[in-house]
Amino acid sequence: MPDEQSRKAKSGRLLDIRNLRIEATTYPPGEPPKTITLVHDVSLTLERGKVLGLIGESGAGKSTIGLASMGYGRGGCRIIGGEVVLNGRDILKGGRSGLRKLRGREVCYVAQSAAAAFNPAHQLMDQVVEASLLHGTAKRAAAEKRAVELFRKLGLPDPENIGKRYPHQVSGGQLQRVMTAMALCSEPDLIVFDEPTTALDVTTQIDVLAAIRDAIRDTGVAALYITHDLAVVAQVADEIMVLRHGRLVEWGDTRQIIKEPRQEYTNALVSVHEIEHQEKKAADTPFLSVKNVTAAYGQGTVKVLKNVSVDIHSGQTLAVVGESGSGKSTLARAITGLLPPMEGSITFGGKKLSNALSARSKEDLRQLQMVYQMADVAMNPRQPISTIIGRPLEFYFGMKGAERDRRVAELLDKIEMGKGFADRYPAELSGGQKQRVCIARALAAKPKLIICDEVTSALDPLVANGILKLLLELQAEEGVAYLFITHDLATVRSIADSIAVMYRGEVVRYGSKSEVLAPPFDPYTDLLLSSVPEMEIGWLDKAIASRRMESAGN
Amino acid sequence: MLDIKRIPLGAWIGLILTSLFLICAIFAPWLAPYGNGEIVGDVWGPMTSTNLLGTDNLGRDLLSRMIYGARITIFIAVLATALAFSLGSILGFTAAVVGGWFDSLMSRFVDLLMSIPTLIFALVVLSVLPANILTLILVMGILDSTRVYRLSRAVAVDINVMDFVEAAKLRGEGRGWIIFREILPNALSPLVSELGLRFIYAVLFLSALSFLGLGVQPPSADWGGMVKENKDGIVFGIPAALIPAGAIAALAISVNLVADWILNRTTDLKGGRGNA
Repeated sequence: MPDEQSRKAKSGRLLDIRNLRIEATTYPPGEPPKTITLVHDVSLTLERGKVLGLIGESGAGKSTIGLASMGYGRGGCRIIGGEVVLNGRDILKGGRSGLRKLRGREVCYVAQSAAAAFNPAHQLMDQVVEASLLHGTAKRAAAEKRAVELFRKLGLPDPENIGKRYPHQVSGGQLQRVMTAMALCSEPDLIVFDEPTTALDVTTQIDVLAAIRDAIRDTGVAALYITHDLAVVAQVADEIMVLRHGRLVEWGDTRQIIKEPRQEYTNALVSVHEIEHQEKKAADTPFLSVKNVTAAYGQGTVKVLKNVSVDIHSGQTLAVVGESGSGKSTLARAITGLLPPMEGSITFGGKKLSNALSARSKEDLRQLQMVYQMADVAMNPRQPISTIIGRPLEFYFGMKGAERDRRVAELLDKIEMGKGFADRYPAELSGGQKQRVCIARALAAKPKLIICDEVTSALDPLVANGILKLLLELQAEEGVAYLFITHDLATVRSIADSIAVMYRGEVVRYGSKSEVLAPPFDPYTDLLLSSVPEMEIGWLDKAIASRRMESAGN
Repeated sequence: MLDIKRIPLGAWIGLILTSLFLICAIFAPWLAPYGNGEIVGDVWGPMTSTNLLGTDNLGRDLLSRMIYGARITIFIAVLATALAFSLGSILGFTAAVVGGWFDSLMSRFVDLLMSIPTLIFALVVLSVLPANILTLILVMGILDSTRVYRLSRAVAVDINVMDFVEAAKLRGEGRGWIIFREILPNALSPLVSELGLRFIYAVLFLSALSFLGLGVQPPSADWGGMVKENKDGIVFGIPAALIPAGAIAALAISVNLVADWILNRTTDLKGGRGNA
């Protein structure tokens, strides 16, 4: 496909960003507007056909720098200094029409959430070829032919006809690959991948990652790969740039960053955050047991839980693992009574718990608390932290006034946040702090069991690590049990006492942590275990080669 | 919170005119030079220094009538809007939270009410019921509450599925807490801006009813009624009917300007600051 001319052009410098400086204006309530600098004089260069990984925690400025390569400032960001030289010219000086010619032709973008980035009202093919037609690089028939080729290369099922579908008719992993095809379709020189696999399951991530890597290699396009997961970027990138607070921390080739990081911060990112956790022995009688529960949506038509039985022991952690759609969140909904089971029973402390939420006593409700994945939407944005944590105290224990405030302060102290946070609103907290407040709210009820639904998956690795440590400390202090729902096996290793692996609504493997994580594995557990990215170059090839089954997402 | 320098020109005009009308309405007996029904001169007298806006079809001072008219127009419209909002939003929120048959029943009933043209519906009801201000307010309020119901139900349905409402339900909170403490504060901004628009509709609706003779009954009159009383004068080149008509338009526009500004401030995530 690449003709003589483009092959010749495949060497040399493609992108040269010099002293890039990006600012944004914020409007804190009750104060005059402030200008903050998001990116401080960052420079980078990218050769043709190479992949540079940009990595850092949220707020590091990695997406902002990525978007600057196409002259775009998101959400009021302004590029106020520096040069972005692409194909030998400074794109910031080209004006609006220059940028319009550039975007979608020389630089394309792959967004984190493909589901939100596609227009739900148009067929996929129309959206994939749109840029090529708009820039006149190809006629419709030729562009569609190329798109089908790309679909095939990216391993999409039925490549001839998938373009006729609408975005909601394909799975999340497939949609992400279609988006990569869209970016590649107009044969750009550079693609900006903005966390393309972060929102996917580990088992799906591995497929998408392999597809993206092969597509980059085969088409010879250069790429900026933005992610917070160092293990992921190690599989795709030639070079890695570590960013923090909008400043460059370290920049080197992949092997050097992974094996011999020179900066302390890089070292913290690279070192594996395994928390040593001693497995507790199960007591004779569990305090909560789920027996043969079957649950379904829509009057029994779609069974999402099939004959599930698990036990939870006092003061211990049961981890429920599986990919999306495996029914692990539904299990939580069945236990809490939000989705009354069709069959089976849930016993709590020796007596049967009513299936429906409305039939349970206040005391039963108090004993079961829940912490959600998205801390942002799990707290009422119009309530201050003191109300959020204080309400369960009022509601369950009738605490009022000074007594309540004292207890709120104690709880804030327990989650390692100061008294000063009591008057703040959720919007004034960081992601990790929000999750801590949600934990404090659950803890305020003095429950026997807290259900943690993917509590760390929306957080940066270092912050997530802090939350896990906090949960373990609280378990030691308060003797609370956790039902920990996650798709991340690394998390499971550091927190669980027993594990239930779920696949399509059934528990396929269940037992103590040491039993479940010891070979021989069933095919599904093996797939889950082998899909967890490891901080090792060449892991992706090994993992793909050794797989025994496809993930359910395909 | 509110920075006076940031209020746009349109909003200033709206605020000033609206407060002018409100002052007229509240202090009518002290502001009006003559009584409401007092005959002070000739029929359709010209504008003079004693009768600043001239006189009406019975020789009453038009300015005084306008000021008293403002009082009655705004009084009825405010009460009708308040009724529409309390009824519509509480029922709408309840329908969203309770769901099931209650929601279906309420929503279909509201659909039924809305399928009949409001003006015709009101004309039929008002011609049957005794003509007094209370019936007028009740009819206007109930008819208007269907719109508010729709809006508040739609907003509340969205909020009701958020995790923080689920968390409250898991805690065992009653419906009262969920509706007033979890949902209402988050639904307030679209409702507040809708309030302004609904108020204007109430003014226009009242004026239309009075013009058709089923609204405020003589001798007291709202602006719509005054247009009706003086409309025959237009043929003779007498502008008396145009003055209340102009007042209706001015009130509608000024309240709209204020509502627009509030809408802009409250729906925008940056508090309306980033859109200059």
